[in-house]
Amino acid sequence: MARASRQWRRGLIERTLRSLLDAMGQALEAEYLAQRPGLLQELDPRVKLIAALALILAALLARRVAAIVVILLSGVALAVLSHIPLRLLAKRVWLGALSFTGLLAVPALFFTPGSSVASLPVLGWPVTAQGVHSAALLIARVEAAATLSVLVILTTPWNHVLKALRVLKAPVVVVVLLGMTYRYILLLLETAHGMFEARQSRTVGRLDGRESRRLAAATAGVLMERTLELSGDVYMAMRSRGFAGEVYLLDDFEVRARDWIALTALLTLAAAVFWAGK
Amino acid sequence: MHIPDGYLSPSTCAALYASAAPFWYTALARVKRLLNARMAPLLSLSAAFSFVVMMFNIPLPGGTTGHALGIGLAAVVLGPWASMLAISMALLIQAVFFGDGGITTYGANCFNMAIVGSLVAYGVYRTLAGRAAILSSRRVLAASLAGYAAVNAAALCAAIEFGIQPLLFKDAGGAPLYAPYPLKITIAAMMIGHLTFAGLAELVVSGGVVAYLQRTDPSLLRLTAPRALVADGDAPPGNWRSARALWTAVALLMVLTPLGVLAAGTAWGEWSPRDFSDAHARQQIAAASGDVAPPAEAPKGLVRLASVWTSPFPRYAPRFTRHIAFGYLMSAMLGTGLIILAGSFVGSLTRRRQPAALCSPPSPLPGEESG
Repeated sequence: MARASRQWRRGLIERTLRSLLDAMGQALEAEYLAQRPGLLQELDPRVKLIAALALILAALLARRVAAIVVILLSGVALAVLSHIPLRLLAKRVWLGALSFTGLLAVPALFFTPGSSVASLPVLGWPVTAQGVHSAALLIARVEAAATLSVLVILTTPWNHVLKALRVLKAPVVVVVLLGMTYRYILLLLETAHGMFEARQSRTVGRLDGRESRRLAAATAGVLMERTLELSGDVYMAMRSRGFAGEVYLLDDFEVRARDWIALTALLTLAAAVFWAGK
Repeated sequence: MHIPDGYLSPSTCAALYASAAPFWYTALARVKRLLNARMAPLLSLSAAFSFVVMMFNIPLPGGTTGHALGIGLAAVVLGPWASMLAISMALLIQAVFFGDGGITTYGANCFNMAIVGSLVAYGVYRTLAGRAAILSSRRVLAASLAGYAAVNAAALCAAIEFGIQPLLFKDAGGAPLYAPYPLKITIAAMMIGHLTFAGLAELVVSGGVVAYLQRTDPSLLRLTAPRALVADGDAPPGNWRSARALWTAVALLMVLTPLGVLAAGTAWGEWSPRDFSDAHARQQIAAASGDVAPPAEAPKGLVRLASVWTSPFPRYAPRFTRHIAFGYLMSAMLGTGLIILAGSFVGSLTRRRQPAALCSPPSPLPGEESG
């Protein structure tokens, strides 16, 4: 019992370290995959963004599971053509979404009013057709939408994704702020990781719950102080380089023939799913 | 809490984007006006901080762990408008780059967490903290409850958004098209989870970090505490209500000053040169001095210095007053007023010379003075 308790308590720092490392790993992995050759990697980021949004919207509007599954399968095909490992998609998207949404959707099988099509073996609870349809719609939509949005980020450098937001009329200042945010997230992840690692290395014995909470709060406090100090430093650095409050964005994207072809094809698919899914 | 794509209908998503838009617009305008050019790094860094702090595992009573959202902390340190923007940006990065939360539901997530959460956190914090000193433990409690209330308010919004889906969007066969559970289930499910565990994580982070900042850098808490007392137990300048007891005592003493008229004898040492030649006064001096007879003539030094300054109200009774008690009262009022004026003047000089420390007015955030 004592051993299990100690392992659990020691795991608190380690779990946070794992979360921070995972986030850094995901960011690096996305950057690496976005640089590799592939179908989606070659397309204009704006085309990918518009097409992904159109397909997600079509999946949301569709009322037939089969139509949404077509979008999901299209996403899988695009991933294969873009050399995105399906194992990665399964790990990052499909399993996570399935476990969370699937668990959430299971009770809907029994509690949704409607005509009974089966019953649970031991408990005898009736499974309704409406419940099955509703749960399947929810799971298919979540999987399709998550696959498409992750595909965009896995095949596009993050700064290009942000620039592409301009096509959605996002203000320039927001795009610039998001760019800075992303950059400093990586720095703060590293800083937080270093702080937890340092604490872990000099922790002997076990931390009780109260001490662990104090540790988490103190680390967050130090991180906040450093963040605000860094903000002042960054501002001074920006001022020294001529920043006067105005932000500019270099818009160097160029839409080529293949981009138009891809956009037409994907928008046609979205329209077809929307029409067929009604 | 981060609603993924697929749970809400497109029209609900659009309505929540539309609801969030005026808040974003106002927040951007307010923060821009307040912080000017340094807004860019401050907001970006704050958003990055919110993102990272969401990854901290917070141990909770009962052996579980949870993740805080940092809403309470952002609202307490940055104020509600900057907090709205910082949390919104953190949510966008989470949704776009890390797949946590949907793209179509981004407006809903921002509405719940960034907007409602920040406003609730700020409102609760300001209300509960009141005018407590920056280092007061009341502020820690207020911040804790602000974070707890913010997360629960955000969860309630999400529960309502989930719960209205089956009411509004069903297919011809009656199957819910989006989130399938009605309001009574979604509210119960969301609120039980957040009132017990998720809210506690936010409570721990908000209160814990505010307690930490009180020890290390209290100036960071000044922005959202403009009316806080300067230090524990001190009365704020110009606050008459908190010094009510003092003023009551002063007024009472002023009213009672004519009691001096009833006192017999003379005050020891408060003699004039003329008293030494007056037989009645000499008796009083001797009685007050243990029956030691005073010198026959007034001391030379006393005679010389007595004429240096002549009081306008000798013996506390101006000549134009007919009654000595009234004269006492007027003298007391005038004297007290002069003392207060002199004290205020000295106090203002002292405050000006005091170095910027805990008693200084709300200090700007790092770099603000340069903007």
